Amino acid sequence: MRDKSADISLTVNGERVQERVDARKTLVDFLRDDLALTGSHVGCEHGVCGACTVRVNGEIVRGCLMLAVQCDGAKIETIEGLSDSGEVADLQAAFEQRNALQCGFCTPGMLTAAQELLERSKTVPSRDEIREHLSGNYCRCTGYHAIVDAVEAVAQARAGDRK
Amino acid sequence: MKITDDSPPTLTALDRPNSYIGRSVPRPNLQRLTQGRGQYVSDVALPRMAHVAFVRSPHAHARIVKIVTETAKNAPGVVAIVTGAEIAKVMTPWVGVLTHLKGLKSAPQAPIAIERACWQGEAVCAVVARTRAEAEDACELIDVSYEQLVPITDPETALDAGTPAMHASLGDNLCFERKLDVGAVDKAFAESDTVVEATFRFGRHTGVTNEPRSIVADWNEGEQRMTVYQGTQAPHMMQNLFAKHLGIAEHQVRVLTKDVGGSFGIKVHTYADEMATVALSKLLKRPVKFVADRIESFVTDIHARDHRIKAKIGVSKDGTITAFEIDDLTGIGPYSVYPRTSGIEANQIVNLVGGPYSCPNYRAQARVVFQNKNVMCQYRAVGHPIATAVTEGLVELAAARIGMDPLEFRRRNMISDDAYPAQSAAGLKFEKLSHHESIAHLDAMMNYAGLRAEQKKLRDKGIYRGIGFASFIEVTNPSAAFYGVGGARITSMDGATVKLDAQGAIIVQTGVTEQGQGAEAVVAQCVASAFGVPIEMVRVITGDTDNTPYGGGTWASRAAGIGGEAAWQAGKALRANVLAVAGAMLQAKPEELDIRNAIVIDKEKGTERLPLDELARVAYFRPDTLPPGFQAELMATRHYVPRAWPFAFTNGIQASYLEVDVDTGFVRLLKHWCVEDCGTIINPQLVDEQIRGGVVQGIGAALFEHCLYDERGQLLNGNMADYLVPMAAEMPDIECGHVVSPTADSELGAKGAGEAGTAGAPGCVMNAINDALRPLGAQPLTDMPFTPDKILRALGKV
Repeated sequence: MRDKSADISLTVNGERVQERVDARKTLVDFLRDDLALTGSHVGCEHGVCGACTVRVNGEIVRGCLMLAVQCDGAKIETIEGLSDSGEVADLQAAFEQRNALQCGFCTPGMLTAAQELLERSKTVPSRDEIREHLSGNYCRCTGYHAIVDAVEAVAQARAGDRK
Repeated sequence: MKITDDSPPTLTALDRPNSYIGRSVPRPNLQRLTQGRGQYVSDVALPRMAHVAFVRSPHAHARIVKIVTETAKNAPGVVAIVTGAEIAKVMTPWVGVLTHLKGLKSAPQAPIAIERACWQGEAVCAVVARTRAEAEDACELIDVSYEQLVPITDPETALDAGTPAMHASLGDNLCFERKLDVGAVDKAFAESDTVVEATFRFGRHTGVTNEPRSIVADWNEGEQRMTVYQGTQAPHMMQNLFAKHLGIAEHQVRVLTKDVGGSFGIKVHTYADEMATVALSKLLKRPVKFVADRIESFVTDIHARDHRIKAKIGVSKDGTITAFEIDDLTGIGPYSVYPRTSGIEANQIVNLVGGPYSCPNYRAQARVVFQNKNVMCQYRAVGHPIATAVTEGLVELAAARIGMDPLEFRRRNMISDDAYPAQSAAGLKFEKLSHHESIAHLDAMMNYAGLRAEQKKLRDKGIYRGIGFASFIEVTNPSAAFYGVGGARITSMDGATVKLDAQGAIIVQTGVTEQGQGAEAVVAQCVASAFGVPIEMVRVITGDTDNTPYGGGTWASRAAGIGGEAAWQAGKALRANVLAVAGAMLQAKPEELDIRNAIVIDKEKGTERLPLDELARVAYFRPDTLPPGFQAELMATRHYVPRAWPFAFTNGIQASYLEVDVDTGFVRLLKHWCVEDCGTIINPQLVDEQIRGGVVQGIGAALFEHCLYDERGQLLNGNMADYLVPMAAEMPDIECGHVVSPTADSELGAKGAGEAGTAGAPGCVMNAINDALRPLGAQPLTDMPFTPDKILRALGKV
């Protein structure tokens, strides 16, 4: 298997990256092991828990269900990039203030998924809509209530800013 | 009146100027986690680090005839292939027994199976390679020949004469048995007006921590030291166990625990594959990493709750409970788990059934048997969800039978709030509980009468909603009575060391560990309040056996109540030391000074006298200016262990409001409430979030989670697509309320809150489902999890 590798060239958090990767390597393993971007987490490796959620060409994907070789030419954003650009700063602050995370393992994926909902919503999403959108992200610690509170608060604040 | 807000705690002598006790201070360590810049063990990478993967038995019970490794040895990247016999040369086996659980027996367990595999998933061979992928590739090339043995899978027949013993040396399959007979049970049942019987079943489930178990072991041959990076709740306990079974001294082992991706009791046990990883590092003289993948987690993370309980309650016409009786049977896998044993859950059930009630007649039997399935052990709320569901299930069935409102029925039977100290029929000692006040608070908070009216109105329209309750008691702040007296080296004590740094900031080292529950925040709050600095000036260090006081860590809802008290006392001790320095510098009496907001002040007038950074400058760099013979002591350590009570019991009551779709059997959770009493509340937000998270884990048990085994001992749903966990869309909002009865055993008065949610939620949801279906004449549901299939069967629709 090992000789089945490929050269890929992509952008990760705004940086150009060129690497040779095993064809079988998942995107999240590539990010974590090859680029040492350990903010994307590996929880289930079969697309259920959402801990590896990252953004590829503007869409959120499961980093464990996509291969690194499929990302040749792609633009990847991880929690480290979203943090440094300030794009999710208000969500992060709300999560911290509301204690919407405990162990924090799901949090990068949760924030990335929540940001997608807030970007797409034309109006403030209801609590049920927030719950529905985040239903692919497993959190074992919080029971979700605090997460929904935090996302709802940011949605309202952003809507207020738009007015 | 409807109480919608979380009720504020009452404060006492802890209310120092600028006190953080009772305030919802955000946790100091959250930004690194929201930015993805934490350090979980799965993130750790060391120079020369190799990765281990395990060949695991596909059979529940099999003799290992031969292991052929030649092809695998030559596979790319392979460093070593190690069998159980080889690893036995560097690590001794262990036996999971405790002397205070009389008669509990188990057999020696090895890091890697030797000659025989006893459950599907037990490791039979280790492959160490450059990468995990290469290690897994080589595992595929190892040829293990097995001779299948008859698996013991059904606890009901495990004790039959015809069933062979799991371990011949033990004689039979009875791991542990406990019997209790208090009062006059037979007489009480005979004199009862009504006796209600039911058989309750609790499906095996597991913790499903988001980060799987992870460990990096690094033996340094030059230093003769083992450094272990481990996602664990109890670093000092693990230090002892690694040292003991490697045959080295404890000071030769350092356990480091930084961020842990969820634990819930899963990460407080000895796991064979983690012990093997440590042994492999010693053998290979290089760092070795093991991170369980999800299927490995399902077949090796401890399971819990596989209990069948036949239960009985007697009541008189006026609604008085006359007697409880239970017969518990549980299968715990092939070994009792080391070092906490697999007898504790059954033991707790015997202790806890009937606990909130003043009924004096109680008989219990519990039998714990071996079987060829994954091991079972202590998972969040150990025994409480089962004891609570059985007790509260019986209570609501009995109340319905005699036509009494379930809250009224409880009020008539619960131990009165002014009766403390009190003792339960099982012998549990309660310092101060608040069942009646909790019910009153819940009744108002949920608008019970209004909900009943709504329920009635909707029933007429064919909409079936249910309201269910579960009162509970919870074991927290355990003393040495839990494990120490049984011979386990698991300390019930915890310590805190507090240091004034050279700029006047505070560094705290604590023995409790951060698992995400907020222990670091609580410790910082206690120290900042006791000493007198803004919380931003306090940095907390946890999870390092080289650099923290010896402590038990995080389990049994002990971190805040025990670790918090140690931190509070250490903060006070350092304040006294610092005021002695201030007194010397200011030529004032130390007892007339205090520290507020990082400034030494006159206690009486509040006048600012000396900033702490100036005090630190003088004490550290110009001690020559202090009076002759005066030595500043700017570091203080205090320990705390509960002594007055074996456990600080807490109590509370939960309510669930839900709707059952009687055509599909689906349950929609509409709302959940919890009122609980954990004594002094150090951080209201953190307490509420412990409750909410715990409730949802309990809901998982009630509705979704089940490790399904077939009769051959094969796990059928070891993945997250087939084993369902609660996700955001199915969960309700959860309202929390509090009653505050501090323990007098500590100055803080804080009890634990980490398991209350999980203790009550399953029984509460069960009662709500049965309440919803009662008008339809459905058989009461008592077999968790309550899947749509079971609900439709209870309705006679399938």
